[in-house]
Amino acid sequence: MEATTKTMKVTVLRYRPEQDEKPWEQTFDVPYHRDTSVLEALFYIKDNFEPSLSFRWSCRMAVCGSCGMMVNGVPHLACKTFLREYEGKSLKIEPLANFPIERDLVVDLSDLIEKIERIKPYIIPDAKNANMPLNKNFKQTPMQMEAYLQFAQCINCGCCYAACPQYKLNPKFIGPAALTLLYRYNVDNRDAGAKLRAPFLNSEEGAWSCTFVGYCSEVCPKQVDPSSAIQLGKKMSATDYVFNMIKPEH
Amino acid sequence: MEKYQADVAIVGAGGTGLRAAIAVAQADPKLRVALISKVYPMRSHTVAAEGGAAGVVRDDDSYQKHFEDTVAGGDWLCEQDVVEKFVHQAPEELYQLEHWGCPWSRKPNGDVNVRRFGGMKVPRTWFAADKSGFHMLHTLYQTSVQFPSIQRFDEHFVLDLLVEDGECRGVVCYDLQNGVFRQINAKTVFLATGGAGRCYLFNTNGGIVTGDGMALAYRHGVPLRDMEFVQYHPTGLLGCGLLMTEGCRGEGGVLYNKDGYRYLQDYGLGPETPVGSPKNKYMELGPRDRLSQAFWNESKKGRTFKYPLGEAVHLDLTHLGEKYLHERLPLICELAMTYSGVDPVKAPVPVRPVVHYTMGGIETDGNTATRMPGLYAGGECASVGIHGANRLGSNSLVETIVFGKIGGDAMAEYAHNHKDFDSAELTRQAEAAEKRALDLFDVKGTESMSKIRNEMGQSMEEGVGIYREEESMQKTIDTLKGLQKRIVNVGLTDRGRVFNTEWMNLIELGYTLDVAQCMVHSAINRKESRGSHQRLDGPNGAYKQRDDENFLKHSLAFKLEGADEPRIELSDVKITTFQPAKRVYGAEAEAAEAAKKAKEAK
Repeated sequence: MEATTKTMKVTVLRYRPEQDEKPWEQTFDVPYHRDTSVLEALFYIKDNFEPSLSFRWSCRMAVCGSCGMMVNGVPHLACKTFLREYEGKSLKIEPLANFPIERDLVVDLSDLIEKIERIKPYIIPDAKNANMPLNKNFKQTPMQMEAYLQFAQCINCGCCYAACPQYKLNPKFIGPAALTLLYRYNVDNRDAGAKLRAPFLNSEEGAWSCTFVGYCSEVCPKQVDPSSAIQLGKKMSATDYVFNMIKPEH
Repeated sequence: MEKYQADVAIVGAGGTGLRAAIAVAQADPKLRVALISKVYPMRSHTVAAEGGAAGVVRDDDSYQKHFEDTVAGGDWLCEQDVVEKFVHQAPEELYQLEHWGCPWSRKPNGDVNVRRFGGMKVPRTWFAADKSGFHMLHTLYQTSVQFPSIQRFDEHFVLDLLVEDGECRGVVCYDLQNGVFRQINAKTVFLATGGAGRCYLFNTNGGIVTGDGMALAYRHGVPLRDMEFVQYHPTGLLGCGLLMTEGCRGEGGVLYNKDGYRYLQDYGLGPETPVGSPKNKYMELGPRDRLSQAFWNESKKGRTFKYPLGEAVHLDLTHLGEKYLHERLPLICELAMTYSGVDPVKAPVPVRPVVHYTMGGIETDGNTATRMPGLYAGGECASVGIHGANRLGSNSLVETIVFGKIGGDAMAEYAHNHKDFDSAELTRQAEAAEKRALDLFDVKGTESMSKIRNEMGQSMEEGVGIYREEESMQKTIDTLKGLQKRIVNVGLTDRGRVFNTEWMNLIELGYTLDVAQCMVHSAINRKESRGSHQRLDGPNGAYKQRDDENFLKHSLAFKLEGADEPRIELSDVKITTFQPAKRVYGAEAEAAEAAKKAKEAK
């Protein structure tokens, strides 16, 4: 909590679709102290130098997922990354990789959103639980919750897609966050929808597309570990496959 | 301009807006729901709520106790009939979220667990570790995607309401991603846009919490109620103001001043409870207004810590141990480490009061209907009447789902009783709103938006903070009036239409400034002290006391045609069974209760 101020060169990628043919770079000298985040550096630039710079943000506490962007080539949340971590270096801030740029640091996330919504990310109860009265909870022990809780921590920031080499090669790949969410619901003991989600998990664009590079887990700002969720998903998918061979009516 | 026809238009896709959308979709899948938000649903500020949501489930608890805690906590400025309905529907809505997949923390037997919270007599706060709002919001968002009748308009910023024959019949919005305007006609409109913490400089709120819906309603003559009641949360991180949940204290965290003294015992919250044995409604589990006021007094006495980023007291969680802290308060550990460089497992966290919540909002009845036919409001942007002069922690998360559901059901019924609206007049209004927005590009002024924003925030801290006086409030009134004159001279540098945040922020700032004016005018008019509104002035200090004779009333802030400041009126408070009494905590509360029981026994 020191207040001493230093200065860092911060380069920002700019792109205004209505006037720029292609993206270009703009560099600013930004004062900072121990607690200055990349997001605050962007505030400083917007308030003092370049009011037209566009970027998404809201909560400032790494939970709303708005401010995913590339910081020196690595996907980060701007609000949870600090200039002090780059002491003695310069900073380059670019929009999240692997998504189309909409404007400046704002990318078009519609593909991520569509995938999250496609995989049926909600509890699909079995028939006997479909009409559970509203004065009763499903039984779920702390251990049963443990099975999925880590995978329910995703804030949909898109950093894992920006890190994923497979998504870069094949944009149809359902990708880390959505497959993690799929697994999260499959292993929730309140849910009986795994069979309905199996086509997504087992499809060409599903878990088997993942080559287990693990970079998604490395960059995840919430330690969700999508890579491990996808490997567990593969196991589930394989079991499914065997099951289907012996028990076609499964 | 593109036009879309809906049955129900919902503005805001946080906890309240999503719950309302699902309620409409379940009530009648044929009703077309337009769910409009300036951000993606999961970015909404519900996401940042930490502690939990109150609902009676324990055998030793009762609706009556939740009702009494809420009304007394609100210093009797609650609509008691609405509170009764609220406490009865809370558990049902919480169970509903459980069925939809919300990972509420559990007891070893697999049932939902509850934790202690400030001002609540019995532990009744459902929690998902310390990410309760995050899990509620994601559960609602993910659940909502299975209803095809809900059409989302993500990253659409509402510029105005469409009002014809005195009825609300739609909205006009700017689509950030595509840089175009859209007119959305609807039989009924629901405002669920959240609070207005951004009126203040130092707040726990996200950047999007700019009071949009409040200002939209206000500009159309719908009053904002009880706007002087702004909640300071007692435990925010220095500098950034991020929240250290009340759950910290619910789990046993304690507050020390610089002398290592548990100072809350000096402010009617004692006697001191042993560290590690938190007791409901004692000490650190007192209500937020009292705790924030205690900090102010400690500061006056010179008993706070002085850090480069400001004064603080210490929130000590170290006695809870690493395992327990990481299980119950993982986000708190992460936030304190990341943003203050303090590991709560090892050291106390410096904290201070910070603006957190707007108790007031758009005046509605218990069914979320405003006085304008067709217009409904719910969640933090509304004043449905459950928070009074001070909200109890964990009542607002549950408010989002209870009144989202009630609002959704009410609007579905309203939509069934009305035909589609479309007219030249609605189109004219939409085009006029578009023109007003575009005209901002022609302003050649040299005023700076960030300066106006900072001066507003600073002035609100000074005039309408934890303690208030006529003179400083008047100064804030004058400052805001000056800022209203200056904001029309902000020249935009960004001429683009796609994702022009400079342009959007300017319109937002206009909303925030209107709401800030309602806050300070309501405050200066309330010549008493109640809940979060504490005054130090008056003849012989008369305003330091609660004055039920004159001010057991709601404040209503009205926008007058052509006026640059709100007009304040008072309205009655609904009291059903719980007559106003002295608001007491700690041992004093226990003594009062014993006396009451003894009297009843006679």
